[in-house]
Amino acid sequence: MVPREQVSSFERAGLFLCDFPKSECRLRKRLPFESLKAGSHPLPYGGGQTTGETFTGSTRLGRQVMMRKTGGQIVCDALIREGVDVVFGLPGGAILPLYSTLGSYPELRHVLVRHEEGASLAADGYARASGRVGVCMATSGPGATNLITGLATAMMDSAPVVAITGQVGRAAIGSDAFQETDITGATLPVTKHNYLVMDTRDLAATIKEAFYIARSGRPGPVLIDIPRDVQAEEIEFDEAEWDKPVSLRGYNPPTIADVTDVESAAQLINDAEKPVILAGHGVIISRAYDELRELAENAQIPVVTTMLGISAFPEDHVLSAGFPGMHGMAYSSLALDQADLIVNIGARFDDRITGDTKRFAPRSKKIHIDIDPAEINKNIKVDAPVLGDVRHVLGQLNPLVAKTTHTEWIQHVEQLKADHPSLRIRETEELLGQHVVKAISDATDGDALIVSGVGQHQMWAAQHYQFKNANSWFSSGGAGTMGYEIPAAMGAQLAHPDKEVWTFAGDGGIQMTLSEFATIAENNLPVKIAILNNNMLGMITQWQDMVFDKNFYANTYTGNPDFVKLADAYGIQARRVTNQDEMEGAIREARAHDGPFIIDFVIYADENVFPMIPSGQSVEQLIEESL
Amino acid sequence: MAEIMANGLARRTLVALVENKPGVLARIASLFRRRGINIASLAVGTSEHSDLSRMTFVAEGDPSTVGHIAKHLNKLIEVVEVSDITDNNVVWREMAMVRVKANPESRPRVIQLANIFRVSIVDVGAEAVTMEITGDTAKIDSMITLMEEFGVEQVMRTGRVAMLRSALSQGGEDGAYGEQISSNIIAREGLDSGSV
Repeated sequence: MVPREQVSSFERAGLFLCDFPKSECRLRKRLPFESLKAGSHPLPYGGGQTTGETFTGSTRLGRQVMMRKTGGQIVCDALIREGVDVVFGLPGGAILPLYSTLGSYPELRHVLVRHEEGASLAADGYARASGRVGVCMATSGPGATNLITGLATAMMDSAPVVAITGQVGRAAIGSDAFQETDITGATLPVTKHNYLVMDTRDLAATIKEAFYIARSGRPGPVLIDIPRDVQAEEIEFDEAEWDKPVSLRGYNPPTIADVTDVESAAQLINDAEKPVILAGHGVIISRAYDELRELAENAQIPVVTTMLGISAFPEDHVLSAGFPGMHGMAYSSLALDQADLIVNIGARFDDRITGDTKRFAPRSKKIHIDIDPAEINKNIKVDAPVLGDVRHVLGQLNPLVAKTTHTEWIQHVEQLKADHPSLRIRETEELLGQHVVKAISDATDGDALIVSGVGQHQMWAAQHYQFKNANSWFSSGGAGTMGYEIPAAMGAQLAHPDKEVWTFAGDGGIQMTLSEFATIAENNLPVKIAILNNNMLGMITQWQDMVFDKNFYANTYTGNPDFVKLADAYGIQARRVTNQDEMEGAIREARAHDGPFIIDFVIYADENVFPMIPSGQSVEQLIEESL
Repeated sequence: MAEIMANGLARRTLVALVENKPGVLARIASLFRRRGINIASLAVGTSEHSDLSRMTFVAEGDPSTVGHIAKHLNKLIEVVEVSDITDNNVVWREMAMVRVKANPESRPRVIQLANIFRVSIVDVGAEAVTMEITGDTAKIDSMITLMEEFGVEQVMRTGRVAMLRSALSQGGEDGAYGEQISSNIIAREGLDSGSV
C-alpha cells in the first residue's frame, strides 16, 4: 500500500499512483496488456502490512475500532447504513470485485436488469415512489454510458439517485484501457455531482457525501466511479469513520425561508383577488401535501399542478383545477392566464407550461417558492421569491395568510371548467387511448400507482386518470425519456410491493426497454402493463400532422412484434384488446392475476392529443379540439 | 451595469473561491459551455486558504444568461463562494509580456516609451526586448499599439484578477472582501436584483 503522504496530489489526480520512480511508471504504462490483465496490477496493493496510520480527526471521535475491509465491503456497509435495500444493476469486468462481495450481503436485494438503462430508470422510479435514494450499479465503459439516460432523467426531474460504476484500475486510467470511459467527465452535465474515488480510504466518506447530496436540497443523481483495484484493495478501516458528519463548505441548501420574503408573499396572497396556485414536483419531493391543502382551503385558491406536480393535490378536490400547458386542460391554462397572482410552489416555469415567456400570464404578480436559487428569475421574472424547502416555507406562510373566500373567482374558474370541457371524450365506436385510461382509472378507483412512458399515451394518462392519492404519478417530465415506463414501474413496484402498479406504455417507447420484461418475469413483479398501441410514434405523427404540413416520415411502425406472443415468450400473461367492449373484462383479468400482466390495447391511430398549445406559443393559440 | 459589447453580448466579471481539486475547472467550464458563454479571460491561483483556489472570470454571453451564471456556479458542490462583482467597486489588474523587435538603433526609443508607461524591461536580446506590463486592459492595449511601430513579435496576457475595494471607514458601503463574497449574499443579490 502506498502511504498517503508519499502520493503527490499529481498522482492522486489519477495520473500516477505508484511508488516506483516516475520514469519506471511511464515505462510500465507502455505495456498496457501486461499491466491491465486481471490480477496483474503492477502495484503492490493490499499485500501484507498495513501502515497503521490513523484517519484525521479519529482521535476526536473517540476510540478507534480498526477492521480489515476491502473497498467492496466498505461500499456494501455504506449502502446498508444509508438504508438501501434494493440495488438495480448488471455486472461487468471492472465492477466484479464489488459484485464478489455483494452476494454476502443478503440485506441488499440486487435486481439483475437486462440493460443498464433499465437500472438507472428503475432507480429513478424507485426513488420517486419511495422518497428514498434509488441505487443503480454498472461496470465501466458501455455499462456506465448506458446509465446516462436514466441519470439525465433523474437530473431533469430532481430524483435522488446514486449510481455506482466500476472503473479500470487506477494505474490504467487514461491509457484507453479495455472498457475505459471517462464517465465522470461524460456525466458532468447530467449529475448533481460525481466522484472518482482514487483512494480506498476515501470510499466511506464519499458514499456518505453522495447520498447526502442526492437526497438533500433539490435532489438529483450522484455518480461514484470506483476503480476495480479500489474495490478489491483491503485496508485497515476505522469504524469511527461512519460517525463523521458530512461537511461540505460549498453546499448549504436552504430550508427555512427568510421571514421578510415570507411576509411579502403572504401580503401578495392576502391582497389578491384572482389567485392561482401552481403546484410543482417540489410539493411532492418535500411531502408538503397537507401544507398545500391548508393554504388552498384556507384562502380558497384554485390549485393547478404542473404535469410532474400531478398527485400533489387530490384531483377530486373542489379546488383542483387540472394541469396547464402544451397538452394540459384548457381551463387550467386560462385560469393561469387570467389570474392576478400566481403562487408557484416548487415548480420551475418550464417551457411546456409557459410557452412564449413574454406572453405568459402577463396580468399577474408571481410568487416563486423554490429550494434552488438558480431557478428564481431563470425563465420568468417573479415579484416575490421565497427560498427554502416547500414544506418549511408553507409552514411559515400558512399562519400569515388570511382566511378568505374568493367566491367570485372560484365561480369564474368553475365556469371555465364548464365552458372548456377538456376531458370530454368524443363520441366514437373506435377504441381510443382516452377510453383505456378512463377505464383503468374507474376500475382502480384512482387508487393505483401510475407510471407512463413519453408521448401521446403519457398525455392521455395525465389527463384522464383521476389521481386520489399523494405521489401516485411517475413520469419523465423534463427529460421526456421514452422507455421510462417499464423500468420505472419495476422501481415503483419494488418500493411498494403491496400496491397496485399500472404503467401506460406506447408501442414506440416500450420497445426501447422491453428487455426488462425478463427482469419483471424473473422477479415476478405484479406490474400491470397497458400498451396503447397505435403502431406508430403517435406524438411524432401529431406534430407532423399539425406543425409540419402533414409531411409524414419515419412515424409508422410496420414491423411491430406481436406483443401478446412476446409476453408469452417471457412467460408473462397477456391479452389483446381491439374494441371498447373487451376493455373492462381485460382490465378485470389483469387486476385479478397475481403477477405481471400485459394488455395490448390496439387503439385508433388517427387520434391527436387535445387541448394543444403549439410550442413557443401562448394561451391565445390554444387549440381545444380537432379542427 | 454589465458592459454591453458592440455585438449585443454582455461582459461580466465573476470571482469564485473553489476547492483545489482535480476536475473542478472542468465542471465550471462545462457549465459555461452548455450555455454558450465565452470565458474571455480566466485567472486561477491559490487563495489565503491552502486548499482553496480563487478564480476570476470575465464571461461574455447573452445578457440574461450571463447575468444568471453566478447562481449556476454557486450550485456546484466544489464552488464554495461566488460573486458577480461587475457592478461593485473593484480594483483589477492584468499583466502582459510583450516581445518587441528592437535593434541597437530603435532600442532607446522602445525603452523610453516603456519608461513613460512605467513598464519594466525584463529581457534584452540583440534584436528584441521583452517588457512586462501591469495595469488595466486599456493601458496594456495602448502599449501594444504603440509598440506596433517597432514590430510586436509575441504577446502573452494573463487573465484579469479582481478584488473588491476595502471600505474607507468602518461600516462603509463596500465592506470587507470576505463579507461581500459569501454564498448567501450572492443568493440574496440574485433574488433582489433579478437577472441583469
